[in-house]
Order: sequence, then structure tokens, then C-alpha cells
Amino acid sequence: MAEFKLPKNSRVGQGKTWSAPDGASNVREFKVYRWHPDEGQNPRIDTFELDMDDCGPMVLDALIKIKNEVDPSLTFRRSCREGICGSCAMNIDGQNTLACTKACDEVDGAVRVYPLPHMPVVKDLVPDLTHFYAQYASIRPWIRTETATPPDRERLQSKEDRAKLDGLYECILCACCTTSCPSYWWNGDRYLGPAVLLQAYRWIVDSRDETTGERLDDLEDPFKLYRCHTIMNCAQTCPKGLNPAKAIAEIKKLMIERR
Amino acid sequence: MNLRTPVKDARGLGSAKDGVHHWWVQRLSAVALVPLVLWFAFSLAINAGGDYEAARAWIGSPFTAGAAILLIAAAFYHAQLGLQVVLEDYVDNKALEIVSLVVVKFLAAVLALTGILAVLSIAFGG
Repeated sequence: MAEFKLPKNSRVGQGKTWSAPDGASNVREFKVYRWHPDEGQNPRIDTFELDMDDCGPMVLDALIKIKNEVDPSLTFRRSCREGICGSCAMNIDGQNTLACTKACDEVDGAVRVYPLPHMPVVKDLVPDLTHFYAQYASIRPWIRTETATPPDRERLQSKEDRAKLDGLYECILCACCTTSCPSYWWNGDRYLGPAVLLQAYRWIVDSRDETTGERLDDLEDPFKLYRCHTIMNCAQTCPKGLNPAKAIAEIKKLMIERR
Repeated sequence: MNLRTPVKDARGLGSAKDGVHHWWVQRLSAVALVPLVLWFAFSLAINAGGDYEAARAWIGSPFTAGAAILLIAAAFYHAQLGLQVVLEDYVDNKALEIVSLVVVKFLAAVLALTGILAVLSIAFGG
């Protein structure tokens, strides 16, 4: 059966508490998931009390402050700090989002920070996204054509055709949607998940790509595509405001249209 | 030790070139069930309080018998399509999955036939 409980070695315990510095008046609690692969222990939740008068507004600012000033062993991914690289995707206050664009003020009470759900954890807030990236590679996310590129210019696209990529090209592959999808939790080995299917649709509707039929052939599968049951967690959680569920519905419509 | 590349696992056995039909007929049967269930509920309400003979006469009339058979067929067809998805989603053990799929499909066929034959025997048995 699908597993509804965490395995024994993944159950989360109580960790350390790091108190706020003396004299701090604006104190905020951050409860952060910690796990070290070499310690052979279960994951734990550490509590960090931060002085928010001396901290940036975003959750990522708080994590960087913890790493710089409190516990340098805290491990997480981050890069652009402005919502375009997708590195700092994590589960904050029960919802997958980017730590760099999530303000601490948007959260009531203690700020709970966990890694993206249902992925193997490498360390602390770093999930193993190898399979996710391999699934992305499997849809061959590049223009494929029979026709050779024009020698004197780029491949042209009408304004209308270019507009069809809006709401798709903005995806930064942060994996917030895919790891929020229960269907991906149960069948992620075969189901491609919302992010990869949105990317697949991005190449299906691209007017310059000449392999639309092959792309649909590759997706026509009870597991790769049809494990989507329109749960809509993907659209709910996308930090870029995109709608992967709609892209998947468009693929399903094309499957019917070509019959 | 797994020495396969991640893409090898992600591509797996490739596409089954299947699934569209299942998805489409699940939606079609759902659409068909809307008027059929509404009609059945309405008719039951209208016929409430009637005696046994009246109920037999109602079921035996051609339109009612036809619609009731369609309702039974659509309901069990839709149910086994839906249960198939649930089993595929949640049952990891392949052998158990196949056995439960077969049981569900056989049960749906038996129950649907039982219902349809009951309606027919009233319609033709008099």
C-alpha cells in the first residue's frame, strides 16, 4: 500500500533551542527541520529565536542569519534571493514556496521550515531532486525539428504563437508544485508530476517545434500523464502564480483532439 | 548497487500508448449519470407511497425499464473505472493490484448483470 506514515527512521523528534540574544525586543521563533546523514539519528526540529529588528524581512534572510550567526551547520540551497532561480524551494508554514519571496510577516506564530515533502533528504533543508531532473530530461525540453534552421536568421514565431507560451515559460523548475502533489507522492516513480508536465506542454504548444505528435505519444500513458486527478495543489502552491493543472488539462484535451 | 543513470529510471518502460480511452469514457459515463440519477431520484419521489403492483408496473414500462438499464450499466461501468484508478494509485504490490483489479471488474459485471436481468424479468415476466 501507499505509505501514510513516515518510516521509523524518518519520524521527527525535538531538537535544540537557541535563545534570542539578550535585549532583543522583537523576537520570532523559527522551527527548522534538521537531519545529518552521518549522525545516524532521526530528524529533529531545532528552534531558533531571532531578533527581527536585526534581520531582513524574508524567511531566507532569517535562514542566512541563522547560518551566519547562530549555527553554521544549517544546510539549505539558495542563490538569486529574488525568486528566479528556484533554489530555495522549501516547505514554510505548511506550504511549499520560495524562502526568498516568502515574508516572515505572512506567517502567524512560529515559522516552521521543512524540506520539500516526500523527497529523499540529503541534509537539513536540501532534498534530493535527481529523479525530478531526470524526468525533466526525459521529455526532451528543447526545440526538435525536421526543417533545418534558416541560415540567415532565427526561427520566427508570430505574436499570437508567442503569447501561447505565457504562463508556461515563467516556470523556474523549483519543484514546489511536484512535491505538493499527492499523486506524485504515491506514484512519483512513474508519474511525471505537474512541473514536468507543464514543461512538456510548453514544448507541445511551441509553434517552432515540429515533434508535437511524438511529444504527445511519449505522454500517452496511464501513469506518466493520467495520474493527474486535478487535485490542484500545484496551482495553489506555485510561487510564480502559474497553473500546472491547466497545462495538464490542455494536454489531455489535445489527446482527445487527435483521436 | 544501482549503477543505472537517473534518466534510465525516469524513462522506465516508456509510454504505454494508452490511458486516453479510460480517461474519456470515465468522463462520458459521469456526464451520462447526471440526467440518469436525477431522473431516477425524481421518479422515486413521485412514485413514493405506491403499492407493490404499482412499482412493478412502473419498472416494467418500456421507458422506465430502458432508462433503469442504462442507469445500472453506466453506474457500474463508471464505478469500476474509478475503482481501477484508486487501486492503481494506492496498491504498490503488483500481484495484489492485479488480483484486486480482476475482482473489482468481475464483481461490477456480475452486479450490473444482476440488476439489468432483474429489470428485464419484471418488464417481460409480467
